[in-house]
Amino acid sequence: MAELSNQLMAITVLAYLAAMVCYAAEYAFGNRSHIGRAATRELVGAGGPPTIEPVVVEAPRHRGDLVGKIGVGLNVLALLLHLGTLVTRSVAADRMPWGNMYEFTLSVSFVGSAVWLGVLSRKPAIRHLGLFVALSMVVLLGANGLIAYTPVGPLVPALNSYWYVIHVSTIILASGILLFGAVPATLFLIKAGYDQGKTRFPYPLGKHVPAAETLERLTFRLHAFAFPLFTFGALIAGPLWAEASWGRYWGWDPKEVWAFISWIVYAGYLHARATPSVKRTTATWIALIGFATMLMNLFGVNLFFEGLHSYANAG
Amino acid sequence: MTVVQERTAAAAPPPRRPANPVWAFLRNSWRQLTSMRTALVLLFLLAIAAIPGSVLPQRSVNAERVAGYFAAHPDLAPTLDRLGMFDVYASVWFAAVYLLLFTSLVGCVAPRLVEHVRALRSVPPDAPKRLDRLPQHAAATETTGEPAAVAASVAATLRKRRWRARVRQDDNGGWTVGAEKGYLKETGNLLFHCALLAVLVGVGFGAWYGWHGNRILVKGADRGFCNAVTQYDDSSLGARVGPGDLPPFCLELTDFRATFQETGQPKSFRAQVLVDEDGKESSRTFWVNNPLRLSSAAVSLIGHGYAPMLRYTDRFGKQQTKAVPFLPDKAGMLTSEGAVMFPDVNIDPKTNKRGEDLQVGFEGIYLPTASTDGRPASVFPAERNPVLFLTAYRGNLGVDAGIPGSVYSLNRGQIASGKLKQVSGTDSGRPHELRPGQAWTLDDGTKLEFLGTQPFVTLAVRHDPTQSLVLVGAVLGLLGLMASLFGRRRRIFFRLSPAKADGVSPAEADGMSPAEADGISPAEADGVSPLAGDGARGGRTVMEAGGLPRTDYPGFDEEFRDVVAAARGDEGTA
Ligand code: HEM
Repeated sequence: MAELSNQLMAITVLAYLAAMVCYAAEYAFGNRSHIGRAATRELVGAGGPPTIEPVVVEAPRHRGDLVGKIGVGLNVLALLLHLGTLVTRSVAADRMPWGNMYEFTLSVSFVGSAVWLGVLSRKPAIRHLGLFVALSMVVLLGANGLIAYTPVGPLVPALNSYWYVIHVSTIILASGILLFGAVPATLFLIKAGYDQGKTRFPYPLGKHVPAAETLERLTFRLHAFAFPLFTFGALIAGPLWAEASWGRYWGWDPKEVWAFISWIVYAGYLHARATPSVKRTTATWIALIGFATMLMNLFGVNLFFEGLHSYANAG
Repeated sequence: MTVVQERTAAAAPPPRRPANPVWAFLRNSWRQLTSMRTALVLLFLLAIAAIPGSVLPQRSVNAERVAGYFAAHPDLAPTLDRLGMFDVYASVWFAAVYLLLFTSLVGCVAPRLVEHVRALRSVPPDAPKRLDRLPQHAAATETTGEPAAVAASVAATLRKRRWRARVRQDDNGGWTVGAEKGYLKETGNLLFHCALLAVLVGVGFGAWYGWHGNRILVKGADRGFCNAVTQYDDSSLGARVGPGDLPPFCLELTDFRATFQETGQPKSFRAQVLVDEDGKESSRTFWVNNPLRLSSAAVSLIGHGYAPMLRYTDRFGKQQTKAVPFLPDKAGMLTSEGAVMFPDVNIDPKTNKRGEDLQVGFEGIYLPTASTDGRPASVFPAERNPVLFLTAYRGNLGVDAGIPGSVYSLNRGQIASGKLKQVSGTDSGRPHELRPGQAWTLDDGTKLEFLGTQPFVTLAVRHDPTQSLVLVGAVLGLLGLMASLFGRRRRIFFRLSPAKADGVSPAEADGMSPAEADGISPAEADGVSPLAGDGARGGRTVMEAGGLPRTDYPGFDEEFRDVVAAARGDEGTA
């Protein structure tokens, strides 16, 4: 079962990779593709024979849409494989799949991926974000498999508590959503820059993404949903468990410090967004700082610092 | 927020003596401090101020690692220490940031609280003249019933949906219903911010009136411990707690069981203790994640290990037995390191004097399961092949000097200066191997016997009087936060005017005031279906509605349509 889980994990990454290639292809040739259209215009403008026009314009449009749909299909497949990886892992370990950093990342990324497909099914217009989501998944899972892989094992007694289950599951859910929330946040910043006519590297990407307002609202709603969840998981369930396990509810352990920092930064984001005099782009930058602190907690703290939570250590 | 600021500014007494720069400065500073932007900056400062505490070792978390840092960075560490970098969360600058933040919070929340209470006690406002100018608008339709009755039923429908509704009569025989919902949003937001204050106060008082200590407890009736500062390996009392305030109780470890997977990973730990509290003795069991809750403290099991029992027989035939905890390393297989010191041996019973250099000490490692290949590391945490490797020293242990050193090793300084000499394994370079039950005769004829081991547990004993307050604060805060984030303040208005047989409201036909006539646009009047001569009982009413979301609320149109349909539908079925 453990072997199966590892193989599924490898296939999952490949499936995300394939989805990413499709999304990228759509990105280049898709029906909303300005690259394609610009190319067409150039060809026509260059005085080519008029017959070229329908060929160049029609075919890529059709193909782009199809490729995009295939991308979504592969994405769904990848999500199912991802789920399979988690389930087989749980069966092999005979417990919930969040006993160490490898499993934790596997679960967090699964939630992120599921949220993405959920949002996509309600707002098909944001399919162009798929490239970024799939890319993040490939990087995250790849890094996880390479850096943090841990053989299947049972939970150490300290983790054998229902508060632990509640604590970790809510944090996984909240982190997944917050991490995914960084995708529309980034694209909003790109789009906002594009709308202002910026031409340096990331901004031209803004051509293909949904309207800035849509992205901004999506960013906010994801964060507003995840913030109380994170509050509960990190600042209520976590301390309850710590009190039972270590005798103190809060001890400024590095993991606790960084959870606190993330919480403060995301509170700052919600504040900034509610303050009329603060620009939406500024607020969104704060959300991205929050994202960085989450990554720091997920990887950095486990790898660099020693603390009580270091059972989550890689390897 | 800006609205609130304007309010406070307006409420301030008019400056009779215009130029009081001190007062003006104070007032400006206060306004600045309680602004939303300052709150944002302070939040950021707090996040940044928290970072060093995760990078540098903290005394409150692990004092030994702080000592290690001092040893590794002798130049830098004292400077950092002066800046409070090893006690970040108790430092003046960290406190300054959060106290400023919470002052700002009070200054921000208090006026909003007053404002909100006022809003809660006032009634929903009357409908504006032109409902069609609102973001949501439902064109007029006609329904059966007198306007007054329809208005009452609309209000009832709204109230059933938990709107606060107020029915008013206007001057033209028509009625309006003004309704508002979503006060919970602001209530929740205020609750959340007040709960933050409660948590801060709770944490503060907990730090003042709480205490905690760590203690290693070896199994055995003669090795129990009673709750006193001197009996802890390390302890910390809150500012308002004196050593005499510790509640009296005693603990004795009577049993400890650990079970492991074949891989060596622990499965369970379970400690049994004899508790003597308030004059009553009882036997209690506790384990990881399930602390021993006494009436005045909680005792958590945070570690365990082995304490080898050693009996030393000195030159004069006198015996001493000790069980000394050995410190397990981090690898989890309980390879443990320690030192056993016998300072009070080799005392001549006739003269009652001891040669300066006749103290004895042993240092080495204990392996619960020694590997067969001779590596100095245990391969399993339970005792399957227990071996103790020791090196013997004789001389001056340096324990009387009053400088507390590590109890897990001998005094390096004494060894370096030659006052404490290694007396075993000097030629082979290897420590002596002892199995349980074996005896070892040293070069001077004295004898060391390895009797076996006793388990020990590491206990964290803690009392925090405000723990429950903090939990209640946190839970209330979370509820408030959710209400605040998901609540939506919105208003709905209905105008109900009596319909004329030709479908034009009497207000219009009567030639009402120009301002009021503005209320219904010609387009809507056209939209009213002329149901002339219908013969319905009790007259007919023209119903028009408008909706106003007062906060960001993308789904309001749906709710609005829903409510309007319900208002009409109820009327239809009545
Ligand atoms: C102790 C630090 C603070 C934390 C952790 C915090 C956290 C939050 C959070 C998470 C929200 C979002 C809830 C929502 O959007 O309804 C919020 C809203 C708000 N906070 Fe704070 N806050 C703090 C201090 C302050 C201070 C000092 C002020 C006043 C200057 C303030 C004023 C507000 C206001 C007015 C809102 C409502 C924004 C809205 O219209 O939605 N907060 N706060």
